Amino acid sequence: MNRTKFILMRLLGAAFVLLIIAAACFAIFYLMPANPAQYSCGKPCSPERLAEVERYLGVDQAWWKQLFDFLGGIVGGRTYGEGAAAIHCNAPCFGYSFRLRDSVTDLVIDRLPITFSLTLGAAVLWGVGGIAAGLIAALKRGTAADSTVMGAAITGISAPTYLLGLLGILLFGFTLNVLPIGGYVPFTENPGMWAFHLILPWIVLAIANGAIYARLTRGQMLEVLSQDFIRTARAKGLSETTVIGKHGLRNLVVPLTTLFAIDIGGLLGGAVITEKVFGLGGVGTLLLEAVSNLDIQVIVGVTLFAAAVVIIANLLADLSYSLLDPRIKAVR
Amino acid sequence: MIGLALVVFFVALAALAPAFSAITGNSPYAYNPDALGPDTAPTGPLGGVSAQHWFGVEPRTGRDLFAIVSYGAQVSLLIGLASTAVSIMVGVAVGLIAGFYGGVADRLLSRLTDIIFGFPFLIFAIALSATVPASVPRPLLLILVIGFFGWPSIARVVRSETLSLRERGFVRAAAAQGIGSGRIIIREIIPNILATIIVFTTVSIPGKIGAEAALSFLGVGVNPPTPSWGRSISDAISWVQVDPMYLIFPGMALFLVTLGFNMFGDGLRDALDPSEAEASTTTSTEAAPAAAPVSTDPLSAGGQA
Repeated sequence: MNRTKFILMRLLGAAFVLLIIAAACFAIFYLMPANPAQYSCGKPCSPERLAEVERYLGVDQAWWKQLFDFLGGIVGGRTYGEGAAAIHCNAPCFGYSFRLRDSVTDLVIDRLPITFSLTLGAAVLWGVGGIAAGLIAALKRGTAADSTVMGAAITGISAPTYLLGLLGILLFGFTLNVLPIGGYVPFTENPGMWAFHLILPWIVLAIANGAIYARLTRGQMLEVLSQDFIRTARAKGLSETTVIGKHGLRNLVVPLTTLFAIDIGGLLGGAVITEKVFGLGGVGTLLLEAVSNLDIQVIVGVTLFAAAVVIIANLLADLSYSLLDPRIKAVR
Repeated sequence: MIGLALVVFFVALAALAPAFSAITGNSPYAYNPDALGPDTAPTGPLGGVSAQHWFGVEPRTGRDLFAIVSYGAQVSLLIGLASTAVSIMVGVAVGLIAGFYGGVADRLLSRLTDIIFGFPFLIFAIALSATVPASVPRPLLLILVIGFFGWPSIARVVRSETLSLRERGFVRAAAAQGIGSGRIIIREIIPNILATIIVFTTVSIPGKIGAEAALSFLGVGVNPPTPSWGRSISDAISWVQVDPMYLIFPGMALFLVTLGFNMFGDGLRDALDPSEAEASTTTSTEAAPAAAPVSTDPLSAGGQA
């Protein structure tokens, strides 16, 4: 199978999985006892108004027709209601929040820069820090450096982000008063303040996530270093830097990419906890607000968005393997 | 050993919560307004620590924090262990079927495993909590939801071990004798993967405990007034400047129990399976991190969002 066909098959597979998740989300959230019209109707809600909203949202239709409308909205946009009261939701339409009077797509796009800034900065920190720490531990195996890194790693894995975050706020925000305790400044407005407000959330996320990278890097590196081709490379008289850098590290690329894809994809779909602790109004906060207001269209939309991001991240990782590791032929 | 000691300590704390409650006369539900100052913050040092209130009291209500932490241990361990049991049962069953029978069953189950593995668990669990009727008891819902999203990693490992066991001589010999597949799975396969299952069970408990605490922290877990470490930590946000001990006690409990299970799991893995202790091999192009050392479980990643 050639590469183009492989990529096409993967894309089709990803689209199919997304379709299944969309249908499952729809079934769970729309067909449950909770009536989305009830939530969009507002309070007080008269029976006439409720019927009107139900017709408006299309939830008075048969379930399969609703699902079809919903999926159709994602592909080609959809219009709620008719005539003067009609609201058009452009494609891709993942629903419309009558509470916030905006399409879910626009709401997510509005919030995405915050979540994106948070994830990206943290990912750089934990990627560099975690992998470097893991390499040091592997190369200095059995020394104090190794046990320090491994001890720090198991502590990082065990400490929940919100605990680290709150302790960080307590120490740097209140006691030392050197860092802001929360809030967000857009990058376009003031890059310096942007980084200043995000530095603590970045570090907290990096500690919590980087620990896993340190452990994975150390474990994989130790295994690679015990293999024959490393002994051969050393026997050829190659420098230790070349052996580790060229022959050793290359074998870590695929497992690390996989983990990166899962983690970044997961966070971009809403870094709920970190956003809550530091008062960052990202996608995760949008979801939490929707949950407390029972804004079901937003709940479904954000869930689907999060699933889509994870699947796309995995897809990109899958596609990159054959470029990163020539041993993996695009056969699947 | 430190890990095991911590685990034993918290199990004892949970089991003895009613006994401690009887000794000190404090219940996790009883309000003690007289332990609070006029600003509703606890009076006395360290959040009101005293012979009567070992961990001080909760701001605003004056409920005994030690009682909340010890009863919170019950909730935490119950949900953590029960959801782990759900995950292990589903994961082992899926892995055995996929690995032993292969073919279409394997392809379908592996695809399903991939989907659940990549699913944004935390987001979905939050969304679900908004729509499930209040008549469903929250602890049960949490056990099922956390348990359901936790099975893919164990399923992958069990599948790959079953795949290689299936080709081994003693299994083929049993099949050649005409022994049924159900019997082969129970008599030949399961005893050989038991060590893996035990290790996996131990290392997945902390992730599950963390998931419950995270959901309760976000206000979609255990309902008040049932004590929960996650909710206490969340309530502590607005008091962190005035009464930091309100954050420290439940926070440390959560951290230490997670650390305990993680360390215990690591030790167990080293003892039972020395080859896995150093590293893991990822051979397929899917490059599943499932066989990676500890905690690449999406749940623990979810707890770190």
